[in-house]
Amino acid sequence: MSREGWRLSWLRIRRMVAKELRQLFRDDKTKRVIFVSPIIQLILFGYAVNTDVRNVTTALVDHDRTPESRELVAALTASGYFRVVIRSDGPADLGLALDQGRAVVGLEIPEGYAADLAAGRAPAVQLLVDGTNSNTATVAQGYAARIVQQLGARVMASAGGAPAGIDLRARAWFNPSLESRVYNVPAVIGVIVLLMCLLLTAMAVVREREVGTLEQLLVSPLSAGELMLGKTLPVAGIALIQMALVTTVALLWFDVPLRGSIPTLLLAAALFILAGLSLGLLISTFSATQQEAFLAMFLFLLPAIILSGFLYPIDTMPELFQRLTLANPLRHFLEIVRGIFLRGAGLSELWVQFTVLAGMAAAGLTIATHRFRATL
Amino acid sequence: MDPVRLLAIARKEWIQIRRDKRSLALAFVLPLFLLLFFGYAITWDVDDIPIAVLDQDRSSASRELIEAFEASGYFTVMEHLESASDVGIELIGDVVLGVLTIPPAYARDLAAPGRAAEVQLLLDGSDANTSTIALNYADAIVARHGARVALAGRPAQLPISLEVRTWYNPDLESRHMIVPGLIAVIMSIIAAMLTALTIAREWERGTMEQLASTPVSRLEVVLGKLLPYLGIGLFDVAVTVSAGMLIFGTPLNGSVLLLAALTFLFLVGALGLGTFISAAVKSQVLAMQIAMVSTYLPAVLLSGFMFDIASMPVVLRGVTFLIPARYFVTVTRGIFLKGVGAEVLWPQATLMLLYAVLGLTLATHAFKKELQA
Repeated sequence: MSREGWRLSWLRIRRMVAKELRQLFRDDKTKRVIFVSPIIQLILFGYAVNTDVRNVTTALVDHDRTPESRELVAALTASGYFRVVIRSDGPADLGLALDQGRAVVGLEIPEGYAADLAAGRAPAVQLLVDGTNSNTATVAQGYAARIVQQLGARVMASAGGAPAGIDLRARAWFNPSLESRVYNVPAVIGVIVLLMCLLLTAMAVVREREVGTLEQLLVSPLSAGELMLGKTLPVAGIALIQMALVTTVALLWFDVPLRGSIPTLLLAAALFILAGLSLGLLISTFSATQQEAFLAMFLFLLPAIILSGFLYPIDTMPELFQRLTLANPLRHFLEIVRGIFLRGAGLSELWVQFTVLAGMAAAGLTIATHRFRATL
Repeated sequence: MDPVRLLAIARKEWIQIRRDKRSLALAFVLPLFLLLFFGYAITWDVDDIPIAVLDQDRSSASRELIEAFEASGYFTVMEHLESASDVGIELIGDVVLGVLTIPPAYARDLAAPGRAAEVQLLLDGSDANTSTIALNYADAIVARHGARVALAGRPAQLPISLEVRTWYNPDLESRHMIVPGLIAVIMSIIAAMLTALTIAREWERGTMEQLASTPVSRLEVVLGKLLPYLGIGLFDVAVTVSAGMLIFGTPLNGSVLLLAALTFLFLVGALGLGTFISAAVKSQVLAMQIAMVSTYLPAVLLSGFMFDIASMPVVLRGVTFLIPARYFVTVTRGIFLKGVGAEVLWPQATLMLLYAVLGLTLATHAFKKELQA
């Protein structure tokens, strides 16, 4: 193509981009949704996605009512893991509280607890656990066992000078308080960006087709490549802005540390956005209606989230699913984002993920362009 | 309201749905697909956590502790380190999740009365979820091992024994927790994806004018449009419930009839809300985004389906009371696992009835037949 040709082509792409942006931002509602919904999502995810178990609602039946039994209850509640919400005298109330979901665990301290403890007869304390939320139940059970064991060791040590056992001093690097939020928030950024890329590009072509304006575009002097660029450039721009917005909120609001370099993060984002855009375009070329595109997007998005290591650990998945995660661009992007944010990792540590992501973006764009040409 | 006109609208909508064959197929396949993915892929049961060990004591006591870690099945010792300077390299190298350090005085402190021996566990906090689990396991192993050592040679047992009984889900299977909750999530998705588009599509395609020129009333349009989706939704639930029971062995301890009735209520509310969004925004892309943020995400995040409501900050805990999926998850878990009936679930049922009425009212009010707006 001559220089003049390139100039004209560039002009057409710019016009197309301007048209797309105008269409997208014609009403205030869309503007608001595009820029406000990522922030709402970040805040929702940031606060709700929490695998730390605290304040487990507890129903208590203390038949003993001695300083010793109160000490046991205090040891459980002082940890912050348990919160007594119901106190009662009847053991039947424990079951009822669990049935109604007003308490997740029920604790029953038998009569003669203090006397047995003093006599060394090992009183049995009953813990009733609601297993419907297996996660909370497992963790709560573990906490209770540990607290009771520690109390027991303390009682024994003060009574007979026995060895006090072993003290585990744990320290966590990169995230000392092991807050799940610090781990999850950077990942939310990846999920939101993917969602937006898919949503906006998947709809881009289908809508023209559904509304009947695709023919108008086809009779215009735009080539297929120009049309594709015109459709994807605005989305890429919006996705980048959203990424910056959400990252800012993550840093300022959630106090997530950003230990790595911002240019590296930007490079990763650009590659990831390209991969996401090509996926969206592919969906768009396969779908006849917006509804279909939307459903197809979900069909891809949900497994992509499940298999990304975002909420659910990859190491515990069955072999087959673990292998599937390797084909998931989100998985690689999350590894990069977490590495940059939390460990301050750079290109030298993350080059594998970067290469894979770049390869996916290149392959995705090639296939999408091909499909795009074919469907037009 | 005229039942003939209502059914005519429902038939029109059904024909429209049926014509979009791939969408219809997706609406049926998606729930099953989700169930399999959630059921098979997700488990929090972490085992074989890779760790490295730095044993500075090199006594039989320290070797026993390391054996206790390995024998638990939760940890695999990948490497034995020689010097403390290797610890950092191991952790940054991403080979191990943690390093267990046993200091030189371990055996001596362990034998001394009244003095606790100290061991150190360094964890990679950048994977907070797995690290938290690993920490809990390590704590339990160390506490048990410590108690055993302390009691060695004594007749006594530990001074307090804790007897744990787990109700409803004795094996603490995460699948049994997921299947009932997933029904609520699936319905929220179906409602968001199907109805959010139904009225916006008429506006975008310009067929609203035709609909407007007919004598149907607003309520007839809304109800007529809901009926086919209600059918799809109920069918999806039936498939999910049977698949959950057959494939994952989730027990259905309560009454099927009650489950069906409450599911119906929830579905009417969710579909009504979807229609309301669709009627209010008139653009498909916009309707989808709003539907997702207002129905699907809360159903996944704030319903207690996966994430414990009690651990959330107070404000967010307050917000969960406004999320109908929260009540519905309580209902499905209650009926499936606890086997409770209306005598326990009536507050949830009442709120869901309210939600259904509200959804329908909102949808009817937002839907305007006037063309200029």
